Amino acid sequence: MSVPVLSCEDLEAGYGPFRALFGISFEVAEGTATALIGPNGAGKSTVARVASGLVAPSAGRVLVKGVDMTGKAPHEFAEAGIAHAPEGRAVFASLTVEENLELAFRESLGRKGVAAALDEAYEMFPRLKERRTQLAGTLSGGEQRILTLARVMILRPALLIADELSLGLAPMITTEVYRILEKIKAAGCALLIVEQHMDYALALADEVLLLRQGEVTFRGPPGEMDRRSASLLSESLSESLSENPPQQEQSS
Amino acid sequence: MVDLLEYAVRGIPTGCVFALLAVGLVLTYKTSGVFNLAFAAQAYTSAAVFYVLRKEQEWPLFWSAFIAIVIVGPALGLLLERVLFRHLRGAGSLAKMVTSLGLLIAIPEVVKLFFGSDAKSNPPPLWYVRRTDEWLWPQGSKFVFDAGQVTTILSTLVVVLGLTVLFRYTNLGLRMRAVVESSRLAELNGVNAERVSMASWMLSSMLAGLAGVLVAPLFASLNPIDLFTLLVAALAATVVGGLSSIPLTFIGAIGLGMLQAVLAGSLPTNSVLATGLRPGLPFLVLFALLIFRPGLRSNSEMADPLATVDPPLPVPVAVSRPRWMSISSRTVGVVATMFGLLVSWFVLDGFWLAIVISGVVLGVIMLSLTVVTGIGGMLSLAQASLAAIGAFTTAQVVTATGLPVLVAMLIGAAVAAACGALLAIPVVRLDGVYLALGTLAFALMFESILVPLSWVSGGSVPLAVPRPVIGPWDLADDRYFLLFAALCLTVIALAVIRVRQGTTGRFLQAIQSSPTAANSIGISGGRSRIIAFTLAAGIAGFGGGLLASFAGRANYQASFPYVVGLVWVALVISAGARSIQAAVFSGIMFFLLPATLNRVFSWPENYLEAHQQAPEWMQNLLGLVQPNWAVPVSFILFGIGAFTYAKHPEGIIEAQTNSSVTAVLLWTERRKAKVDATSSMDTPQVSA
Repeated sequence: MSVPVLSCEDLEAGYGPFRALFGISFEVAEGTATALIGPNGAGKSTVARVASGLVAPSAGRVLVKGVDMTGKAPHEFAEAGIAHAPEGRAVFASLTVEENLELAFRESLGRKGVAAALDEAYEMFPRLKERRTQLAGTLSGGEQRILTLARVMILRPALLIADELSLGLAPMITTEVYRILEKIKAAGCALLIVEQHMDYALALADEVLLLRQGEVTFRGPPGEMDRRSASLLSESLSESLSENPPQQEQSS
Repeated sequence: MVDLLEYAVRGIPTGCVFALLAVGLVLTYKTSGVFNLAFAAQAYTSAAVFYVLRKEQEWPLFWSAFIAIVIVGPALGLLLERVLFRHLRGAGSLAKMVTSLGLLIAIPEVVKLFFGSDAKSNPPPLWYVRRTDEWLWPQGSKFVFDAGQVTTILSTLVVVLGLTVLFRYTNLGLRMRAVVESSRLAELNGVNAERVSMASWMLSSMLAGLAGVLVAPLFASLNPIDLFTLLVAALAATVVGGLSSIPLTFIGAIGLGMLQAVLAGSLPTNSVLATGLRPGLPFLVLFALLIFRPGLRSNSEMADPLATVDPPLPVPVAVSRPRWMSISSRTVGVVATMFGLLVSWFVLDGFWLAIVISGVVLGVIMLSLTVVTGIGGMLSLAQASLAAIGAFTTAQVVTATGLPVLVAMLIGAAVAAACGALLAIPVVRLDGVYLALGTLAFALMFESILVPLSWVSGGSVPLAVPRPVIGPWDLADDRYFLLFAALCLTVIALAVIRVRQGTTGRFLQAIQSSPTAANSIGISGGRSRIIAFTLAAGIAGFGGGLLASFAGRANYQASFPYVVGLVWVALVISAGARSIQAAVFSGIMFFLLPATLNRVFSWPENYLEAHQQAPEWMQNLLGLVQPNWAVPVSFILFGIGAFTYAKHPEGIIEAQTNSSVTAVLLWTERRKAKVDATSSMDTPQVSA
C-alpha cells in the first residue's frame, strides 16, 4: 500500500482559548476524494487549515506523503504539494486575474514556465482570458472559484483542500464548479472536500468523515453512510440547530 | 508668463524632495500596510550616521554613503520588521500607525544617545563638494541648479523609475503586493511571506536613508523634527497618489513643489500671505485633498479573507467587573489622589511641586484625548494645537479686556471648542488613518500659518497670563494653584465619565464595535463624533489656558508644538485611552519621569565630586552616565510604551487593572468552590 498523501494523527487545535479539534485522525490516499461533513462549528474548516499549515496544531502530527510537516509554514505545505482553497474569497482582490495566476505559477514553474501555464489556463477557462486585466476582487463568486481552481488545474498538486466551494454560489454555478473538481480528481489529484451541501460532496467522495464538535463520529464509504448514519447525521444537524455554540475551554 | 515658468522650474528640486519622501512612504504602505510615521526617524538615523562618518570622521564620500544608506538603513528596517511589525501583520492600520508614532518618538532619541545630542550643524551634501553651491549647472543660465539639487533630482528619478518597474514588472513586486493584502493567502500560493516582508522593510528603510541623507543639507542643522515636518508636507503627494500609485505620487509631489515656488515668487513679499502661506501650503493642500477626495472617505483597505485564523480578541474584563470591585477600585483611586495631594502640600519643595502641578494641568489636556480617542475612537493629533488656541485666547482676552483670568479661560475653552467643531465637521467623515492625517495637517497649518501672527500668539514675545485670584485665595501660591488644578481635573473627569456612560458615549461605542449594526438600528456616527470632538477641543482649550496661567505666559514653543502633542498621544494611548486614571497618570508622568531620571542620572556626577579619591575604574564607569540622558531616555520609554498598543488596545493601566481583577475573581471563585466542596462533603455525613 502506498503512502497516503495526507495523514493526520490525533490532531488537537484551536484559536486562543477556544478548542476546535479534540483528537482527530484520518488519511487521504493518493488520488482519492474525502468528504468532510458536519454541522456548523464542528471543526471542518479547522481541519482544513491544519492540513495546509495555516493553523498549527497544539497536539498531534500532520504528515504529507509520509513526511512530518507539523509546525511548518503554509508555503512549505504548498511546496510539498498541498493546495488549499480557503472558504470565501480565496483570490487577491487587489491584483488582476493574470497577476493572481502569475503569483501562483512563478513559485513552482519559474520565469519560463509562466507564459505557457497562462496559455494553458486561458485555453481551459476562456472566461478568465476575457477578464485577464480585471481586478480579481471585481469577479463574481463563481469566477473567483474558477480562478482558484485554474491554479490547481495547472499546478497539479498532490492534494486539493476545497473549503466550502459552494458557499454563496447559485446551484448552477456550484454544479459547474464541481464539474471542475471532478476533472481535477480525474487528473490524479487527491481531494479533501469540506462541504455543507452533502449531495455535491458525496457524489464525488470515496470516503466520508463526519465531524461533530471537534471529533470524528463516522468514517467510511459514502454508501455505508447513507444507510448507517442517516440517523447520526440528522441527530448532529438538529443538535447544531438547537444546541449552544462549539465547546470552549479556558486555557491558562 | 516667463517669470511663472522660471519659478515653476525652481520648484522642481523641492518637488523632488517631496517626491522622494512621499514615494518612500507609499512604498512602505504598499508593501507592509503600515502608514509609517517613523519613516522620518529612519531617515534621521541614516542622515546622522552619514553626518558622523563624513563630517566628523572625514571618511570618503562613497564609504560614508554606503554605510549610512546601504548598511544602516536596511539593517534598521530589518530590525523593526523582526522585532515589531512582523507581529502586527494582523493588527488594524490604526494600531500600526500608533506603533510607528512610538518609533518616531523613540528612534531619534536612541540615535542622540549614540552620537551625542549636540546640534549637528551644516549637514554635508551627498556630493563630492563640501558645500552644495560650490558646483552649479548649467552655468550662466537662468535656471541654475546646485550640486545638492542635481543629486536630488537624479536620485528621485532613479528611485521613481526603479520602483515603478519593480511593482509593474517584477516578481518581487507582485509578491510584495500579495503579502500586503493577505500574507496567509500568499503563503497558500507558495510565497514565503516572511522573507518578502523582510525584503520590503529593508528596501523602504534604505529609501528612507537615502531621503534623509539627501534632504539633510536643506536645513541648517540635522534635526528629526524638521525631517518629520517635511515628511508631513510630502503627505499631500501621497494622497494625490491614493497611497498606492507611485507615478501619480511623483507627479503630485512635483506639482506641489512648483506650486509652492510659484506662490513664493508671485505673492508680494513680506505680506501676511507670503510669510504664512508658503510654509503652510503643503498642509493646506493635504487638508483640502483629504476633505475633497471622496475615494478616501471610505476605508479602502483590503480585508484579509483569512483574518479568522487569528484567535479572537479577549473580552475586556471591565465590562464584566462586579459592582463591588468597581467601587473598591474607585475608592483606591480617590485615596491615592488625596494622599498625593497631602504629600504635595506638606512635603514637596518648589521644584517638585511645580512638576506635580504641570502634570495635573496636563492631565486635563490628556482627558481631552480620553474623550476624542478613547470614547470617540478617533486618533486626533491636533490636541496640542487646540490647547494652544485656548491658551492664546486666554492671554489675548486678559490683555485686551482685563477680564478675570478664570473668565478668560472659559472663553478660551469656548473658542477652542468652536475651532474643534469647525475642524470636526469635515474631518469626522474620514476614517482611521486619514482622520489622524487630517488633524495632523490642521496642527501644522496652525503652527506654520496662524502661530506667527501677532493677533493669535501676540508675536515673538509670548503674552503674559496672570494666576487667578479666587476670593481670599491668591493662586500665585503654588499650593493653592495645585488645589485649584486638582479641583478642575476632578470636575472635568466626572464630566468625562458622564459622557462615557451617557447617550453620546454609548452611541460612539456602538459605532466602534460595529458600524453596520449601529447604522442598522438608526445610530449615525457623525453627530456623536462631532460632539465628542468639540467637547474634547473645549477641554483641551481649558487645559491650555490653565497651563499658560501656571507658566505665566502662553508660550507656544515651550508648551504646545505639534511634536509635543504627538508624544502626549503616544503616552495616553499606551497608558489607556478610555481610562481616567490613565489620562491623569500620563499627564503627571510626562513631567515627573524626565525630572526623576535627571536626578538619577546626575547622582554619579555628584558622587564623584564628593568622592575625589574614588578608584579610577569607578570614575570611568560613573563618568559614562550623563544627566542629559534624562529627556532622551524618558522619550524612549514613552515611545516604547506605544508599542504595547497593538497587544493591549485598552492600555497598560487598564490591562493591569483587568489582570488583577481577574486574579481577584479567580481567587474568590476558588475560595467559594472550596467552601462548596467542604459543605457538600459534609452533607452526606449528616444524612448518614
